[in-house]
Amino acid sequence: MSATILKHEKFGLAPPLPEQSAKDPVAAAPVSEVAPVATVDDDVPSPRRHTPLVEKYGDDIAAFFRQAIPVVFGLALFVVVWAMLSSSSTLPGPLKTWHSAVAVFSDPFYSKGPNDQGIGWNILMSLGRVGIGFGMAALIGIPLGFMIGRFKFLSSMTAPIISLLRPVSPLAWLPIGLLVFKAANPAAIWVIFISSIWPMIVNTAAGVREVPQDYLNVAKVLNLSEWKVFTRILFPASLPFVLTGVRLSIGVAWLVIVAAEMLTGGVGIGFWVWDEWNNLNVEHIIIAIITVGVVGLLLEQFLMLLARRFEYR
Amino acid sequence: MEKFVSVEKVDMSFKTPRGAFVALKDVNLSIREGEFVTLIGHSGCGKSTLLNLVAGLTLPSAGVLICAGREIAGPGPDRGVVFQNHSLLPWLTCAENIYLAVERVFGANESKPQLKARTLKALELVQLAHAADKRPNEISGGMKQRVGIARALSIEPKVLLLDEPFGALDALTRAHLQDELLKIVAKTHSTVLMVTHDVDEAVLLSDRIVMMTNGPAATIGDIVEVDLARPRDRLALVSDSHYHKLRGRVLEFLYQKQLRPAA
Repeated sequence: MSATILKHEKFGLAPPLPEQSAKDPVAAAPVSEVAPVATVDDDVPSPRRHTPLVEKYGDDIAAFFRQAIPVVFGLALFVVVWAMLSSSSTLPGPLKTWHSAVAVFSDPFYSKGPNDQGIGWNILMSLGRVGIGFGMAALIGIPLGFMIGRFKFLSSMTAPIISLLRPVSPLAWLPIGLLVFKAANPAAIWVIFISSIWPMIVNTAAGVREVPQDYLNVAKVLNLSEWKVFTRILFPASLPFVLTGVRLSIGVAWLVIVAAEMLTGGVGIGFWVWDEWNNLNVEHIIIAIITVGVVGLLLEQFLMLLARRFEYR
Repeated sequence: MEKFVSVEKVDMSFKTPRGAFVALKDVNLSIREGEFVTLIGHSGCGKSTLLNLVAGLTLPSAGVLICAGREIAGPGPDRGVVFQNHSLLPWLTCAENIYLAVERVFGANESKPQLKARTLKALELVQLAHAADKRPNEISGGMKQRVGIARALSIEPKVLLLDEPFGALDALTRAHLQDELLKIVAKTHSTVLMVTHDVDEAVLLSDRIVMMTNGPAATIGDIVEVDLARPRDRLALVSDSHYHKLRGRVLEFLYQKQLRPAA
């Protein structure tokens, strides 16, 4: 996925190509025909010499299409299967859903009372809950992970508790949240918090444990203070692990929010799904599913981008 | 001072699941100030174990180690260590890697510009001032090792400890760095203890070559005094019969007296 994006940037950087494809009927044809673009052009006897940029990026463009074609093909197949399934059942088809989606997204931020708000508000409210729950989990989970990774005693002390609580289904925590907070919204945030804290604790601790002995030897022979060891060695060395934990956590948080909101109500994408089910508006449910997926994908991509900035090797 | 570094009746054993493994047995060695001593022996003979003991990274099972009149109870900035795999922190630039060491040792008494000047001086010593702002993964293996040496020297240690510092480098780079180390040591008058398994390197650099017997329970088998005049030139040494005689003595020890049956 990342490679696709990279190639796409390079692709965008090659100015002569759009020009070329405008002139060249072959290049404007379906994507699979683009590979020979450099050889089929009547106006230019030898395009390779004429357009060095195509020569330079030609391989990249070919690589881009090699990657893009299966993606497009997969999506197309998905839509076809969907259309076939919907034709023989009550499931709304792609076209019907599309028209409905255009209507939904043309006014995403309307507000007609607490139970009828635009999809934009629903997504933002859900993201807000995820942000608070996940943010608190990060504030507690990452430092805790550092300490568990650094001190053997703490690690042995917490290991059984973590192993016990980690596999618990997120929604099992909801009653506890409702009991303690006596309100739906903090209970939903609590569920996000408790279900997204584990990957951050576990990965951060693993990252600290995996810090190469060589670096710790440097700290030892220089007699660095614990603070310097932390800021100059432990933190940078384990940062890639921490970010992996963060990535997994935000994935879990976004996964759980829909289920949590279905149960707690209020404005949010999960409640919206449930509400539309009660209205029997199945197109909206499909729109919500796809939207949840896209937002999750964007969150993931954003964090991948962040993580790549901290790679040293 | 006659005995600058002193290793007295040192035993070192490690706990293993199958009982204690005795790596070193009754090792006695003293190093004069300004002396260049190499430890040579087959792999697994405990050379690095002995160096780690002097570095203070591990403590002996029995016996004492003394550096400049004080017992070695742990690692300290009076001993600068260069590791085989350079061990530079990849997220810091070369200058920052050295600054970390300089700041630790001199930070209490000196201002930031003074610390920066020390860092630059250390880089200049290994002729890498131009790479100050480069990250370790942007420079070659030989350059990394030079930064490692600069870092070890920047704290003005009483003893420089080198653990196969050129082991991972190609032969040409190694020769180049050996020459450079000779120059640096001549300039700084450092006391050096170096682990190697390269006979030519040992003869070229050392004042004395400490040859170790095979483990387990390794100890010092013999010591060769390298009484070649300094400065030494590797090309001139090629036709020096005394050089070849010394080299022969080390080879004889390694391949006749201590030949590993399995290796």
